[in-house]
Amino acid sequence: MLKYLLRKEFKQILRNAVLPKMIFVFPFMVLMVFPWAASYEIKSLNLSVIDNDHSTYSRQLTQKIISSNYFKLTDVSANYKQALKSIEKNESDIILEIPVNFEKDFVNRQGSKVMISANAVNGMKGGIGMTYLTSILADFNVGIIQRLLPSTTSISAVPIIQIDSQYRFNPHLNYRVFMVPALMVMILTLLCGFLPAVSIVFEKELGTMEQINVSPVPKATFILAKLIPFWLIGFIVITIGFIIAWVVYGLIPAGYFSTIYLFAAIYILTVSGLGLVISNYAHTLQQAMFVVFFFMLVFIMLSGLYTPIDSMPEWAKWIAAFNPLKHFMFVMRSVYLKGSNPIQMLNELLALIGFAVFFNTWAVLSYRKKN
Amino acid sequence: MKQLMSFIRKEFYHILRDRTTMLILLGIPVVQIILFGFALTTEVKNTQVAVLAPSNDEATERIIEKINASAYFDVVERIHSNNEIQPIFRDSKAKLVMVFEDHFAQKLKQTGVTHIQLLADATDPNAATSFTFYATNIINSYQQELIGQNVNPYQITPEVKMLYNPQMIGAFNFVPGVLGMILILICAMMTSIAIVREKEMGTMEILLVSPMKPIYIILSKITPYFVLSCINFTTIILLSVFVLKVPVAGSFISLVAVSLLYIFVSLALGLLISTMTSSQQAAMLISGMALMIPVMLLSGMIFPIENMPMPLQWFSSLIPAKWYISAVKTIMIKGLGITSVLKEVAILGLMSVVLVGISLKKFKVRLE
Repeated sequence: MLKYLLRKEFKQILRNAVLPKMIFVFPFMVLMVFPWAASYEIKSLNLSVIDNDHSTYSRQLTQKIISSNYFKLTDVSANYKQALKSIEKNESDIILEIPVNFEKDFVNRQGSKVMISANAVNGMKGGIGMTYLTSILADFNVGIIQRLLPSTTSISAVPIIQIDSQYRFNPHLNYRVFMVPALMVMILTLLCGFLPAVSIVFEKELGTMEQINVSPVPKATFILAKLIPFWLIGFIVITIGFIIAWVVYGLIPAGYFSTIYLFAAIYILTVSGLGLVISNYAHTLQQAMFVVFFFMLVFIMLSGLYTPIDSMPEWAKWIAAFNPLKHFMFVMRSVYLKGSNPIQMLNELLALIGFAVFFNTWAVLSYRKKN
Repeated sequence: MKQLMSFIRKEFYHILRDRTTMLILLGIPVVQIILFGFALTTEVKNTQVAVLAPSNDEATERIIEKINASAYFDVVERIHSNNEIQPIFRDSKAKLVMVFEDHFAQKLKQTGVTHIQLLADATDPNAATSFTFYATNIINSYQQELIGQNVNPYQITPEVKMLYNPQMIGAFNFVPGVLGMILILICAMMTSIAIVREKEMGTMEILLVSPMKPIYIILSKITPYFVLSCINFTTIILLSVFVLKVPVAGSFISLVAVSLLYIFVSLALGLLISTMTSSQQAAMLISGMALMIPVMLLSGMIFPIENMPMPLQWFSSLIPAKWYISAVKTIMIKGLGITSVLKEVAILGLMSVVLVGISLKKFKVRLE
C-alpha cells in the first residue's frame, strides 16, 4: 500500500508547476549569492577629522590613521557640529577631534587629549571602530616617544607579557567557511519544513483528503508516505549544497560526508515531522504557512546562525536547546571545520533522534480520519 | 464609492470570520519581537575559557581571576598538559584556551619577559577576533597594574564617546531590523494569497463579471490587511518601547508616517506576487520562503551592507526593508526628524507606485 501512496506523492510533487524548480533553483541561488553578503567583517570605516591644532603631529596622526587601511577619510570639518552632521547623514562613522595645543601639550609633558566619537547605533561596529582608532593612537604615541626620547630609556625595565594568538580551524578568519555550511542547513530547513506543512492541508483544501480518509490506509502509512518524498528531497538539496560548496567556494568538510548524511537523515525527519504536525492542525493553507513561518524564523534566529548563542540570556539558551536547527547547525559547522565525528557529537545525535521520534509520533497521532 | 465600501466590507468579513488565522496574524509579531529583541546580540559574552597554567603562581592566578571576573569570559576548565587542548576544542568545551608559559611569575620577575598563548576556536571568525581582543586587553591591564603609577608623561589619552547608544545595547541595532523584517514578511504573506485564492476558489469569475474596476478590487483587498498591519505595528512599537526599552528618540509622527508607507509597499508587494502566481501554494512559498532570505541577509538587519560586494549592494537597494530599516534607525535611535529620511521616503513612495502599477497591469480581466 505504501508503494502506491508513494507513487501518488511523487507524482503530485513532480507534476506541480513550482515545486521541482524550487527544489533545484532555491539552493543554487541562495548558495551562489548570499555567502558573499553574510559577513560581519568591517573592512573600512568612514572617518571625519576635526583638526583644531594644524600642527605637524596632528597631521602625522591623521596620515597614520588613513594609511592604516581601516579608515577612509570622508569628511574634514571645522567644528564638532559640522562633523556630527556628516554622521547624521551616514557619510561618516567616527569622528576624531584633535584639540588646539595638541602638539604643545604633548611636548610640554602635560599630556594631550583627543576626542573620539563613534556612531554606536550598531554597537558592534561602533565598538570596533573605536578600538581600531585607539590602538592606532597608542601606536602613534609609542612612535613619537621613541623619537623624542633616547633609546636607552626605561622601556625594557617594564615587565612585558608577550601575547601570541592563534586561530584554530579557520586561521584566515574566512567568513564564508563559517556561513556556507550554515546556509545549507537553512535551505534544508526551509524546504523540508515549508513543503510538508503545505502538503496535508493542501489535500484538505482540495478535498482529496476525504478520499484518503475513507480508504483503508493506516495512519502511520499515510504519514510515512508523506514523509519519504521530503526525505529524498532533503538528500538532493544537501548534495547540491555539497557540490556548490566544493566547486564555488572550495570547501570540503574536514570530517566525513557520511557523518553529515547520518545527521541530515535524522534532522530532515525532524523538520518534516514538525511540518506535518502543523499541517494536521491547520484548517487553511494560510494558517499552515503562517505557523510554519513563525517556527522557521524562531528556529533560524535562535540557532546561532547569525548571532552567538553564548551571548543570549539564559531563557533564550533554553529555547535554543530545544531548537533542532541549532543542533544540526552545530553538527554541520563542526564536521566542516573541525572534522568532528558522531561520537564526539553524541549529545546532538541523541537530541535530534529525540526530536524526530517526538514530532513524527505526534504527526501520526494528530492525523485524524474523522472530522 | 459605495461599491468600493461594500467590497471592503466583504474583505473584512473574510478576515474577521476566520478567528484562528486572525489570532495567528496578530500573535506572531508579539512573540517574535520579544524573542528576538532580547536574544539577538552580536556582542560576545560568557565565552568559555580553558586554562593551562603549569606554574600556578600568583601572577597566573591574578590573570585568570581577572579573566573570570569579566562579563566576556567564564573559566570552565583547568587543564594540565598540551595534549588536552585538542580534545577541548573537538568537544567544544571551550572556545578559548589560554596557555601560560612555565614558571610564569618567576620569569616575569627575573627576565621581565614572559609569554601567554591564546588559542581561539575560530569557527566563528567574528566571535574569535572579538574575544581574543578582549582577552588581550585584560592581560594588558594586568601589565599596567605591574607598571604601577609611574606613567610616562608623554601620553595621548583618547576621550571616547559612543553616540546615540552609549551602552552599546544590541537591541538598539536589532529592533529596527526585526521590525522591518516582521512587517514586510507578514504583510506580503497576507496579501499574496488574496487574489490567487479567489482564482483557486472560483470566485474570481464573479469578481470579473462585476462592474468593479481592477484598481478597486486591489484597493479593497489591501484595506483590511492594512488595518491589521497597523495593529501589528502598534503592538510592536509598544513592546519595543516598554518591554525592550528602546526609546523613540525622534519624532513619533515621522516614525508612524514612514511605517504606514512601508506597510503599504509590503502589502503591494504581496499583491504583485498574488497576481503573478496561479496557486496559493506557490504564492505562499514565494512570499514566505523566497522573500525571507533576501530580507534577512540584504536589508542591513544583520550584516552591514556597506561591506558587501558592489553587485549585492545594488541588489539590496531593491529591497524595501533596507530603506525602511535605515529610516527607522535614523528616527528612532538617532533622534532625527523626517527631513533626514527624505531619500528613504521618496524611494519607498516610488516602490509603492511601481508595485501597484505592475499589479494592475498583471491583473487579468479575463479567465485563462
